[in-house]
Amino acid sequence: MAYRAGTPIPAWHFLADVTRVAAALPTGNHVLNVCSDRYRFTVGFAASLVAGKVSLLPSTHTPEVIRQLKLFAPDAFCLTDDPNCEIDLPRTRYPEAADGWLESTSLSGERQAWQVPSVETGQVAAYVFTSGSTGTPLPYKKTWGRLVRCVRDGATRLGLNTRPHTIVGTVPPQHMYGFESSVLLGLQTGGALCAERPFYPADICSTLAQAPRPRALISTPVHLRALLAAEVALPEVDLIVSATAPLPRDLARDVEKKFGACLLEIYGSTETGQIATRRTAETVEWQLWPGVTLSLRDGQAWAQGGHVEQQTAMCDVLELTQDDRFLLHGRTADLVNIAGKRSSLAYLNHQLNSIHGVVDGTFFFPDESHASSTGVTRVAAFVVAPTLEPTSLIEELRRRIDPVFLPRPLMFVDRLPRNDTGKLPQEALRELAARHLRHA
Amino acid sequence: MPDNASPVRQPAPPASSNSLEREVADLIVQALNLDIAAAEIDPHAPLYGEGLGLDSIDILEIALVVSKQYGIQLRADGEENEHIFRSLRHLSDYIAAHRTK
Repeated sequence: MAYRAGTPIPAWHFLADVTRVAAALPTGNHVLNVCSDRYRFTVGFAASLVAGKVSLLPSTHTPEVIRQLKLFAPDAFCLTDDPNCEIDLPRTRYPEAADGWLESTSLSGERQAWQVPSVETGQVAAYVFTSGSTGTPLPYKKTWGRLVRCVRDGATRLGLNTRPHTIVGTVPPQHMYGFESSVLLGLQTGGALCAERPFYPADICSTLAQAPRPRALISTPVHLRALLAAEVALPEVDLIVSATAPLPRDLARDVEKKFGACLLEIYGSTETGQIATRRTAETVEWQLWPGVTLSLRDGQAWAQGGHVEQQTAMCDVLELTQDDRFLLHGRTADLVNIAGKRSSLAYLNHQLNSIHGVVDGTFFFPDESHASSTGVTRVAAFVVAPTLEPTSLIEELRRRIDPVFLPRPLMFVDRLPRNDTGKLPQEALRELAARHLRHA
Repeated sequence: MPDNASPVRQPAPPASSNSLEREVADLIVQALNLDIAAAEIDPHAPLYGEGLGLDSIDILEIALVVSKQYGIQLRADGEENEHIFRSLRHLSDYIAAHRTK
């Protein structure tokens, strides 16, 4: 069911772990599972499900987000495998099995621990959160039935329903993508999960090499670019999946060639889960999940049907080409996507302006990209804050928003170029940025 | 010519020279398009999180330029890894000790 450093963890061991951990969970009904080890996260998630508890999956764990989670679910507790975890919630350490526990379990014949538990389709398995324009994370309910349906349809799309693959992911299990395409995909297809979450190219390659074939790499454009740019020998894989940001076709072709495998890209959102795939090397068109439909109203795309819980606005500009196919034209003006992490500018601006000492402030996403090897463009910010030092402002921001959105550069100005209606035209911000950079 | 003289002992070379440190600082500033000058990076300040305030994307970027420039593949295991990004000095020392280019 899983591998850790090449050592297999059989399914019955997993089920026994789930039963054991479920019994060790405290009484709160909401779990913030921050286990970084993919196996432990999966055990913790399954244990929560079995115990009727709801898993909370915010996209980041800043103090501000934790504060909001407590308001949303006052009985929330944190399940962690990190002894240095400092999250401000009652913390439960993932309980490792005592020595001899497995032997005693099998000896005492507790076979009921090894039956696969069934879960009601209507049970709320998790809440995911996105950044709302009011500065409060918005919760989206995920019921077990719809999650399973979504992932099973996905498995068919990826060719994994008939041929389970060992799954190696560079993405965290807490993020919607990692949650669906590693944790749930493994559980639903019978493909083994690799417990590691490798980061450096050399580590990704060695985890892949240790994974029994057929094996699938679940990753993102940032990491795929890094793998190609690094001077490491790439092991053969049998499938590559990419998501969180669109992958350029040339890169897709390069990846396919270097790994000797087909690359499928997944498109989705935290709110809807995954809703479309494409074989990027061959086509720009995305194909929707069975049952999911898109409608366009006033230039806004809405997704509904299939596994999608409720009609949901998509934050990207989509163009329908057929009933079940569409083109992705880029983000709507408010959305920022940095290295696959998404937020709304309105949310970021709200956080910036909530800082004591900030008179006025705005984030600004530049049009041109300074493409690094990982292809990441950072978001900049202008701020009017005569009493604040840059370092203290950054520290305050760090408490509120994911580090990937910390502004680069952070520009202190006398006033923002607001027009008569109080709006900040993109053109004026571009000009301000150009002037600032010239003086730097 | 003094007899019985012990051979003059050279002091052990510093783990990384100032010029390597500056070179690494330059590399970081360029690769990450940072808003500060390489000379402004405090060699003892943390690189990740606080101090220079880099995040994991930056670390990946640095890993790539380090591999290209110095032929070192960074890995997450090993005690050394905890210390590599503790400061510019730590990073330069690591590079000096392990470079193959």
